[in-house]
Amino acid sequence: MSQVPSVPAPQTSPASLEPRDQLPPALVPDVQAIMRRDSWGATLAALARALWRAMTLNRKVTAGSAIVGFFVLVAIFGPLFARQDPLKFTRDLLQPPSAAHWLGTNQGGQDVFTQLVIGTRSSLGWALLTGLIVMGISITVGLVSGFFGGIVDDALSLVTNVFIVIPGLPLAIIAVQYFSRTTLTVALVVALTSWAWGARVLRAQTFSMRAREFVTAARASGEHTGRLIFAEIFPNELSIVAASFITTTIQVLLGVAGLEFLGFGDTNSISWGLMLNGAYTGSALFQAAWWWFVPPGICIALLGSGLALLNFGIDEIADPRLRVSRRRRVRRGKAAAA
Amino acid sequence: MRRLIRRLGLYLLAVWAAITVNFFLPRLAPGDPVAALQQRLQQRGSFNPASLDALRAEFGLNTNDPLWLQYLKYLNNLIHGNLGVSITRFPASVGDVIGQDIKWTLVLLSVSVLLSFSLGTLVGIFMAWNRGTAFDTALSSLMMFFYSILYPWLAIVAVYFLGFNLGWFPFAFGYDTSLTPGWSAEFIASAAYHAILPALTLIVSTIAGWMLTMRNSMVTTLSEDYVLLARAKGLSSRRVMFAYAARNAILPSVTGFAIALGTVVGGQLLVEIVFSYPGIGFDLFQAIQGQDYALADGILLLVIVATVFMNLIVDLLYTILDPRVREGRSVSA
Repeated sequence: MSQVPSVPAPQTSPASLEPRDQLPPALVPDVQAIMRRDSWGATLAALARALWRAMTLNRKVTAGSAIVGFFVLVAIFGPLFARQDPLKFTRDLLQPPSAAHWLGTNQGGQDVFTQLVIGTRSSLGWALLTGLIVMGISITVGLVSGFFGGIVDDALSLVTNVFIVIPGLPLAIIAVQYFSRTTLTVALVVALTSWAWGARVLRAQTFSMRAREFVTAARASGEHTGRLIFAEIFPNELSIVAASFITTTIQVLLGVAGLEFLGFGDTNSISWGLMLNGAYTGSALFQAAWWWFVPPGICIALLGSGLALLNFGIDEIADPRLRVSRRRRVRRGKAAAA
Repeated sequence: MRRLIRRLGLYLLAVWAAITVNFFLPRLAPGDPVAALQQRLQQRGSFNPASLDALRAEFGLNTNDPLWLQYLKYLNNLIHGNLGVSITRFPASVGDVIGQDIKWTLVLLSVSVLLSFSLGTLVGIFMAWNRGTAFDTALSSLMMFFYSILYPWLAIVAVYFLGFNLGWFPFAFGYDTSLTPGWSAEFIASAAYHAILPALTLIVSTIAGWMLTMRNSMVTTLSEDYVLLARAKGLSSRRVMFAYAARNAILPSVTGFAIALGTVVGGQLLVEIVFSYPGIGFDLFQAIQGQDYALADGILLLVIVATVFMNLIVDLLYTILDPRVREGRSVSA
């Protein structure tokens, strides 16, 4: 079942926002060299340097890491600075932004800014967690399918292709409405409907890798199959896994938020999607309470664009043709002048 | 040809899988959905024994048939277009509700998707041609933001600022409700006017994807030798841009189009909800709110089947566009 146009494309669309074959070597730190350092301090310093190097290689990567890093910090430390209980009802109903309520209050008098900060943890956390589940499924299916080939591969590839064709959101709604409408259910359902692309890319890579010498050598030395797949082949695909994790996280962030907007998820917890649901069902629109529904959407789009920037930046590092150097522009200018 | 037959088989399998999931999920779910529903309806005071019977019949829960027989009956019903009875729109059947509302969805969806795809692709071509300029950089960054936008959020913002606040556009329903639906010029004008804002929302939230895909694909193509040769031959810029580069660069966009369809259709459903648009997306929302499983499932199944079908069309298009696929050679782009 490999008769599909082989230009891979993601669930959402741009060619660059999809799992790619390889993470550029410049971005992958030489972990062994770093671990060989004498002291923990030196190891940490080397790790930090490697991270810094990776982050500053490309302007898009720098901007993307800054945005994503900001939201990660807010998710971790934000709740410590929350000045109000985000769920506490007060008498300040639908207040516009003020010194007391930086982003105003909603219909129940709850502080929107506090909800936004607290919601970061839930939205980002669920996106990352679901992204991990998706990668888990993709890795298992992709590696097993690519490694064994034959009937196993045919069967798993068929399932993969079926999941690629079926639209995710409608299937997710069918599934989620029959089970308890918690965020966990939403996350699981989104995970079940978004693993297929990653699996296909990993399958292709594994397929090309299983005949390599180091695998043959490991097999000859009597390693059992599970070890061959997950200890020998898998580490060589970490870069692809890391790259498709970014794509998946964007998809999942939007998918979970979309379902939460529809009213699925824990109604007494706080996340950006649930804030939007609250604003929509509480007709924030017709009470002109823009401060209630504008911020969570902007946060989702910002976090998503941070991740997308990371992805596009990595693409530019990997594919020199995508790099638009300033030199080139100057040269063109000169040519025109001459 | 062999390729198309294999793809067709895959699509049929996908549809069958979706239907089967739809059949088994309510049976796997904890508790009896009908009993739970009965309870909820009674609490709400809108309990109607007839609709409950219809529901039981739809789920096949009132019979002592073995599971496989229930499944066959369910398939038989589906094939005959019998999707059960809607409880929120009782006594209308699900088929009636969908048949009545789907044209709204179809028109809105096809117009906005086609506009967005062609416009986005065209702008992407120009971005790549002028890569590295302020135009390209600014638009790329902006599109990165639009790419990750949540469709319903953009809809809410559009409704609030352009509809509610400025009053430029109507922000709810598909037409002026004082008119009677029909083929009168007045009604069509009203429907078009009401469609502007939802269409705009859909276009803005999907265009970034097409633009960025086309830009990157085009930038890569522009560094190919045949483009250099075309330039060296002294062909006009327009000729090089469209006949040489864009023509080859568009393939990934077409694949992306097929893959993105599911997301776009899902997004359309969400946008309709915000605009209270009379299409099946809004029906779906009401069905979910009212625990109308038959209607929700009918709509979702239809959306899945339609998306799969559109995939097939894109596949055909791909065959026409790419001679390598047409001739059965392997594509290694």
